[in-house]
Amino acid sequence: MSGIYIHIPFCKQACHYCDFHFSTSLKKKEPVLKALKKELILRKDELGGATIETIYFGGGTPSLLTTDEILDLVGTVQVNYTVIEDPEITLEANPDDLSLERIKTLAGSPVNRLSIGVQSFFEKDLKLMNRAHNAQEAKQVLDWATQYFKNISIDLIYGIPGLTDQEWQENIRIALASGVPHISSYALTVEPKTALANFVAKGIVPEVDDEQAQRQFLQLVQELESKDFINYEISNFGKAGYFSKNNTAYWLGKSYLGIGPSAHSFNGTHRGWNVRNNQTYVKAIEANELPIEIEELSVKDRYNEYIMTGLRTVWGISLERIANEFGHNYAKYAKMQAQKYVAEHLLFLEDNIFRATRKGKFLVDGIASDLFMVKL
Amino acid sequence: MKHIRNFCIIAHIDHGKSTLADRLLDFTGSVTEREKQDQLLDSMDLERERGITIKSHAIQMEYNFKGETYVLNLIDTPGHVDFSYEVSRSIAACEGALLVVDAAQSIQAQTISNLYLALENDLEIIPVLNKVDLPSANPEEVTDDIVDLLGCAPEDVIPASAKTGIGIEEILEAIINRVPAPEGNPEEPLQALVFDSVYNPFRGVETYFRVLNGEIKKGQKIKFMATGKSYFADEIGTLKLVQHPKQKISTGDVGYLITGIKDAREVKVGDTITLTDNPSTRPIAGFEDVKPMVFAGIYPVDTEDFEELRSSMEKLQLNDASLVFAPESSAALGFGFRCGFLGMLHMEIIQERLEREFNMTVITTVPNVSYHAFTTKNTQEILIVNNPSDLPDPSTLDRVEEPYIKATIITKSDFVGNVMSLCIDKRGQITNQTYLTPERVELSFDMPLAEIVFDFYDRLKTVSKGYASFDYAPIGMRVSKLVRVDILLNSQPVDALSALVHFDNAHTIGKKMCEKLKELIPRQQFDIPIQAAIGSKIISRETIKALRKDVTAKCYGGDISRKRKLLEKQKKGKKRMRQVGNVEIPQQAFMAVLKLND
Repeated sequence: MSGIYIHIPFCKQACHYCDFHFSTSLKKKEPVLKALKKELILRKDELGGATIETIYFGGGTPSLLTTDEILDLVGTVQVNYTVIEDPEITLEANPDDLSLERIKTLAGSPVNRLSIGVQSFFEKDLKLMNRAHNAQEAKQVLDWATQYFKNISIDLIYGIPGLTDQEWQENIRIALASGVPHISSYALTVEPKTALANFVAKGIVPEVDDEQAQRQFLQLVQELESKDFINYEISNFGKAGYFSKNNTAYWLGKSYLGIGPSAHSFNGTHRGWNVRNNQTYVKAIEANELPIEIEELSVKDRYNEYIMTGLRTVWGISLERIANEFGHNYAKYAKMQAQKYVAEHLLFLEDNIFRATRKGKFLVDGIASDLFMVKL
Repeated sequence: MKHIRNFCIIAHIDHGKSTLADRLLDFTGSVTEREKQDQLLDSMDLERERGITIKSHAIQMEYNFKGETYVLNLIDTPGHVDFSYEVSRSIAACEGALLVVDAAQSIQAQTISNLYLALENDLEIIPVLNKVDLPSANPEEVTDDIVDLLGCAPEDVIPASAKTGIGIEEILEAIINRVPAPEGNPEEPLQALVFDSVYNPFRGVETYFRVLNGEIKKGQKIKFMATGKSYFADEIGTLKLVQHPKQKISTGDVGYLITGIKDAREVKVGDTITLTDNPSTRPIAGFEDVKPMVFAGIYPVDTEDFEELRSSMEKLQLNDASLVFAPESSAALGFGFRCGFLGMLHMEIIQERLEREFNMTVITTVPNVSYHAFTTKNTQEILIVNNPSDLPDPSTLDRVEEPYIKATIITKSDFVGNVMSLCIDKRGQITNQTYLTPERVELSFDMPLAEIVFDFYDRLKTVSKGYASFDYAPIGMRVSKLVRVDILLNSQPVDALSALVHFDNAHTIGKKMCEKLKELIPRQQFDIPIQAAIGSKIISRETIKALRKDVTAKCYGGDISRKRKLLEKQKKGKKRMRQVGNVEIPQQAFMAVLKLND
């Protein structure tokens, strides 16, 4: 049970908030694609023959690739890995890349899940974030995509400076009306060294308002839960049967292979990350070398990661699993540290599993940190 | 005796004392290559890191001059005002002193006060102009400064560079020719001055002494006159890089003594060693019981570690007799200790040693000086207040006295205005202003010691752009209008944050403390009001807004490692916090009052 993530490091233009790795020059597309295929082959034994259940094209903007190029990569996986019969194959796509024609071709390919970067249905928000599409395209694409794909996720961003609660309500309404079964929604975060950080520092864009983000998150949870969506991870909402299998693997500590510049891999005990530079990446792969840095995770690290990701999900953190995987001391410690939060109604214990309450969801970073095992 | 020379080095921090000492050892062949380490005389790690000599030591060299072998005892002196008593005893053990002055920076306040000490003890002063090889050196001008100060001839000043070896031979020659040989009577009963002691975990306390009269032999029964305690001289010897045991140490010479003493407090610097049979009747003048100047509470971060903290403090005290402590309890912090230190540097050193050597994470509370309080009930009875919470209730308080010091500051004439306004701001009264040279001014102030404790050094450095040196000496107690400013967090008084301040500054300080604490205490899940109060009157208020959201939006494959490390760091910070009521307070918040102007 494993997944493969393939990073497509190209974008038409840079969104002001984005700190992922990408290049806006497509000149190196050919050599990068060649290198991605080669990396898939070089690393084919790394997962020890585990079956591949999900393939995920992330970025960057994977929809910049032609459908043939995508098929070529999927084919390379199929040939070199053991893949289950009906794997989840997700393509992250931007609305401006999804013409009706394109959607039809994709629907005829093995790609069976679309993750569409809508972000907002309001022009002013899209402009502020420097997205490549406009509000009209955002609405149109959902109409087309839902005709050809059942499994669709869209991204929506809240907490954008100037986004009123009414506008946010409208964004949620449009998303629900489109009938998509999955929504990933993020608070706008000012990451260091982004254009947005620069604008905020210069006062061109006002600072992101915590209270606004919190209100809008609550609106989102209430609206979506009332429409049968399950908030299965802090930022992810899906109807039953439509959770992202690929992303769930990250939170449950399953192994995955990350292909492409800046992609991360995890095999249960070691985490690796590829170099964040297209040229360095291509050169290394051409020389049959993996441009990867690897860290071994201690039991303590793995416990901490389980706490951190587990508390964000609907599956919570299981004391039984902690005891089995990390040892009884860890389970005892987690239980002791969690007590205070149970008393404050931020966590609740059920069937030996701690989960965050609605109020607690906002504070899981601090709670997780408090349950961490660290040495001074 | 005529072949013995006892000398010390007087220098400002960074003027090259330790390097010069190394060079002398080198030149006289007292060090083999293997033993060479930079700044040999500083043996504690902490000393080497901070580049200051905390504990003085002594070392013996032999030097052949004109066919005769001389024994040169170099007695090292600490270079910080916190340790000025130890300096005075080291000086008392010598006949001569090298006055080392940096050829670029000229004479500093610390150097002058130690020089006066040396002159009071009739020491022969050999001025050394160090670092003459540096491009920034200003030898002519600095030589003039030295000549003005000492009234010596310009030729008496030896130009040197401890780094390159220039002038070392001339210095050795001057020590032999100019420093008088010790005087003393070998026939008189033993009188030896204790000028230092060092704790050795295996052998107990090693006492360093200088024999003034008589002699000491291995195995004799000796007596420390001030403590009245007697021991057997199990081992005596001279100090080279390693100890050289000897059968006897004669008049005029310097040596070490091991008696199996396990507690540093039994050996007091300045005490006189004599023999139990045929004892001397007169102790050597100048002995003082060193008194702590600054007090602060030290508490374990984790209340359960109290006993461990006690045992760590006891061990520390075995080798640092100037540390005093007594258990106290705080409503906010539980059980801990009220500790007395020689000064702020000493306090920092103790805190760091607790962390490094004993792995104890501690909270140090706002330091204060020792006050005298008098109540209306008995206006003559002194109540010693070493902790703000011990100040009697204002309704029964007659008056409070606080310790004053005479502060000596030497600075460039350009900064006189700045330094004066700082000192006046610190409740100082100027008593003297002397131009040492047209550019260098010596200012004297009478100031409350407490003001030195509160961010004085840093501000002095800032207002003088680093061109000011500072020294002080206590001048007794004076009546002051002091009040206690209390801090309330979430409406609960936190006694460990209380401070005694002058009435006129109370409002400003209260306000700044609230602001500083707002900055230092992390947001928690509820609003935290911070209030400053005098008695029941609130003088300032701030609120730390509740934290309602800390979760970050995305957490995918590429985010997990970075995010884990971030939260681990957060947890480490949290482990160093102390929960008071339901508010978590970080370690450094307890010292906030010291950083009010940052």
